[in-house]
Formats: sequence, structure tokens, C-alpha cells
Amino acid sequence: MTSLTSAPALTFDKVSMVFPDGTKALDEVSLTVRPGEFVSIVGPSGCGKSTVLRIASGLLSPSEGQVELDDQNIGYVFQDATLLPWRSVQKNIELFMELEGVDKQARRENAAAAIELVGLSGFEKHHPIRLSGGMKMRVSLARSLTLHPGLFLFDEPFGALDEITRERLNDELIALFLRERFGGLFITHSISEATFLSTRVLVMSDRPGRIVGDFEIPFEYPRSEELRYDPLFAELSGTISQALRDGHS
Amino acid sequence: MSKTSLRYGWLGTGGPPALVFLTFVGAWYGYSALVGPTERNISSPYPHAVVQTVFGDLSNLTELLKATWVTTKVAGVGLVIAMAVGILFAVLMSQAKWIERSFYPYAVLLQTVPILALVPLIGLRWGFGFKSRVIVCVIISLFPIITNTLFGLKSTERGHGDLFLLHNAPRLTRLRKLHFPAALPAMFTGFRISAGLSVIGAIVGDFFFGRGQKGLGIKIRDYTNFLETEMLIGGIILSALLGIAMFQVFGFIGRVITGAWHDGA
Repeated sequence: MTSLTSAPALTFDKVSMVFPDGTKALDEVSLTVRPGEFVSIVGPSGCGKSTVLRIASGLLSPSEGQVELDDQNIGYVFQDATLLPWRSVQKNIELFMELEGVDKQARRENAAAAIELVGLSGFEKHHPIRLSGGMKMRVSLARSLTLHPGLFLFDEPFGALDEITRERLNDELIALFLRERFGGLFITHSISEATFLSTRVLVMSDRPGRIVGDFEIPFEYPRSEELRYDPLFAELSGTISQALRDGHS
Repeated sequence: MSKTSLRYGWLGTGGPPALVFLTFVGAWYGYSALVGPTERNISSPYPHAVVQTVFGDLSNLTELLKATWVTTKVAGVGLVIAMAVGILFAVLMSQAKWIERSFYPYAVLLQTVPILALVPLIGLRWGFGFKSRVIVCVIISLFPIITNTLFGLKSTERGHGDLFLLHNAPRLTRLRKLHFPAALPAMFTGFRISAGLSVIGAIVGDFFFGRGQKGLGIKIRDYTNFLETEMLIGGIILSALLGIAMFQVFGFIGRVITGAWHDGA
């Protein structure tokens, strides 16, 4: 499904967004995400990061500019796990397949595989109310994984989790990324998270959001925990942090 | 409930209400002794006299239970119709702002017109039997069902809506798999309120529509006419118990359906 010579999974060409109330959220944002690339966007709160994802997914239409998606089949993981509380873990994971008309037998099998993949075996019948924040996020991930999307959008998915859970989920996300080889577009305000996960980090300015920095992250995958204490990692994080501050003024 | 009972022991559970009940019964004895210290007291019989007459005499109790059953049927049928009609209107109103705006004033009207003012008209139109009694129940219990269901249908979280929009789910799918299940807890709140109201409607209807089987309201009217105060109080007690039972039944069904995922009520 993914090859390095294929077309970009996502292209933004000078995309601007002005909301009906006059708020200018994005100003000529251009970016590409290629298959097998994991791109993070870091930026201050309220800079329009989430708007980028809402536009990429088609939930919002841009005021100006072009958006191109290679494949309409995208995964979208929200800030909240957005699980339907009346559905069990199993049923929540089957939701997207249900909406896409996948038959029952295939739904069962794909859901079982996704549950296995995110390590939730044994929790199939639980309702979200009985799950921890980290487990809810795993369900949310599994739900999107069932459709094997070519492009995955992540909207600060781990922002509300504690540090330990967050780092563990970072590792698991990398493992999924290496296994599924989707194109990833990840929104966060944590520079270290962005640097740890990504092949590339984009820095966004204060509202209206513009891309003010683009950094290649050269570390090999799979990435180990020790990377977080690597001097080069710290240096890169520092450079990104500086770019973020410059964009802030 | 469980948390409070853990923290306060007997005070958190049945203790305080029992204390209030005992005080009430005590005050009742005092009052009865004060106003009519005779053997058969028409205006305010002693509590034990009520208990003896109502629960100590099987034929009396059967008579009241039969009437309770008749009232239960009227209230139950009325409530079921109100649920069907109320959900239908709430669903319609949730689909478009203009539909909501068109019907909402009349839903409010239904609630604000005193039911007693409508009752004579209902009698002239639909007769003085079962049918009219049911109609009174429907009218009195419709509003909470409509408003609570509508509130529930509109309370869907935006993030949940996005999931369905991302996959281009049609309106009917969104209603069935998103809005309707999300509305269930609020719907049951409405059902519980309306269950109690429906019993009130059935008894009010009885006062005016005496044809056919005798319900609690008709019996209460008869006991008043024959000065059978003990039985009158018995009728009041049973109608209160019926209201509570209906309320509890819907609380129970609601917990069975939503208890696994919704914490509340």
C-alpha cells in the first residue's frame, strides 16, 4: 500500500482559514506528508493546529488554497478518545467498519486483530466508563487501525495522559507506525514528543497559524527510551524550541 | 447512594426518612386525639384504625387492589401512548430547527393548560369511560417525555458527531447509532417523571369519567360520599404507592438499559 515513490498522502497548498466570526486561524499553510513519513506540528495553544487536521479530514473546508488527499481512507484520533459510552470496547472498535459497510464476519476478525495489536485482549466486553485514559486512547487507536488508513491524523491524542502512560503510548505508536507504514500527521505542543516520534517536525506560529520551521529528525527507528537523553536529541529539541519562540513574537 | 451509606451508616440510608415517618404518625395521633376522641372518627381517624380497616379486612383490601389495578391499566396505556407520541415528536423536532420551532409552543401549551379545564371537553368528545381517562393521562404525561427526549437527542457530543461525519453516515444511521442511544438516559428521566404524572392523570380522569370499571379515583369519590374516611385514606395511600411503583419501574428499566455505561440516577 505504501511506497516511497508514490504520491504524497496529503498536500496542503497555501491553505488559509477564516472562520465566519472573522477569526483568521490559518495563513497560507503549505505542507506535504508522504507515505511512511511521520510529521508532527508543534505550536502554541490556539494557533490553529487542530484546524489543520479538521481541514485535512474534510470536516472543514478551507477558505482558500488546495488540499489533496491521495486516499480518502484516513484515520483520525482526537484529543478525547471519543468512544461511544454505550458501546463495549469491541463494539466501539467495530464502529468505523460498520459505517463503511464491512460485513459482520470481517468486522469481528479485524476488531480482534486490532485489539490484539493495542494490547487490549480481555477487555472486549468492557464499557469505556471502566477504562483508564490510556486504555481509552488505545481503543481509539484500534478503531482507526481497523480500516488500515494510508494517512493517520492525530490531534494531541496523549495530551491528557500522565507522563508515564504518554511515553509508553509513544513507543506503542512507533511500533504501529513501523508495522502499518501509514503517513502520520501528529499535532502536539510537546516538543520532546514531536521529536521522539517524527521523521519531520513543523513549527507553527501564533494565530493566524503559519509554518515557520521545518526540521528533519534523523534518528533511526525503532527509537529507544535512551534517545530522549541523547545530546543530539536535546540539541534538536532546543533548536525547535527556539523556532517556536521566534514564531511566537 | 452506596457512597453516602458507607460514610453515614444508618443515617445515610433509611434512618432519617423513618424518623420523619414516625414523627408524622405521632403528630397524626395527636391531631386525631385532639379533634375527635370518639370511637369512630369521621374527619380524622386514628392511624391504627386506617390500617385495621384497609389492611386487616381482606374484602376491603381486595376492593382497593382491584381499583388500583384498573388505574394501573389506564395510567399504563396512557403512558405507553405518551411515550410513543412523545418520542416521535422529539425525533421530528430534533431533525430541523423549523420543526422544533413549529411544535414547541404547543408542547408548552399542553403543559400549561390546566388539565381540569380540558376534562369536560374530552368527556363530550370521547365519552365518559376508559378512552377519555387514557387521553387525560396522555396529555398530562406528554410534555416531560418530549422535552427530555429532545434534550437528550440534542446533547450529543460534537466529537462523537465528527466520527459519523468522517464516514459520511446518513442521517438515519446517525439517529439510530448516535443520537438515540445518547438520548436514552435523558429519555428515562422523562419516563420516570411522566410515570408519576400518568397516575395523577388516571385519578383525575376517574373523578370525571365514572363509566366502566372503577378506578382509584372513582373509589376515592365514593368513599368521600359515604364518609368512609379510613378507606378514603387507604385509596390515597394506594394511589401514592402506585405512583412510586411506576416511577421505580422506569428507574429500574433505565438502570438495566443504561446502567452499564451511564453513571447517574
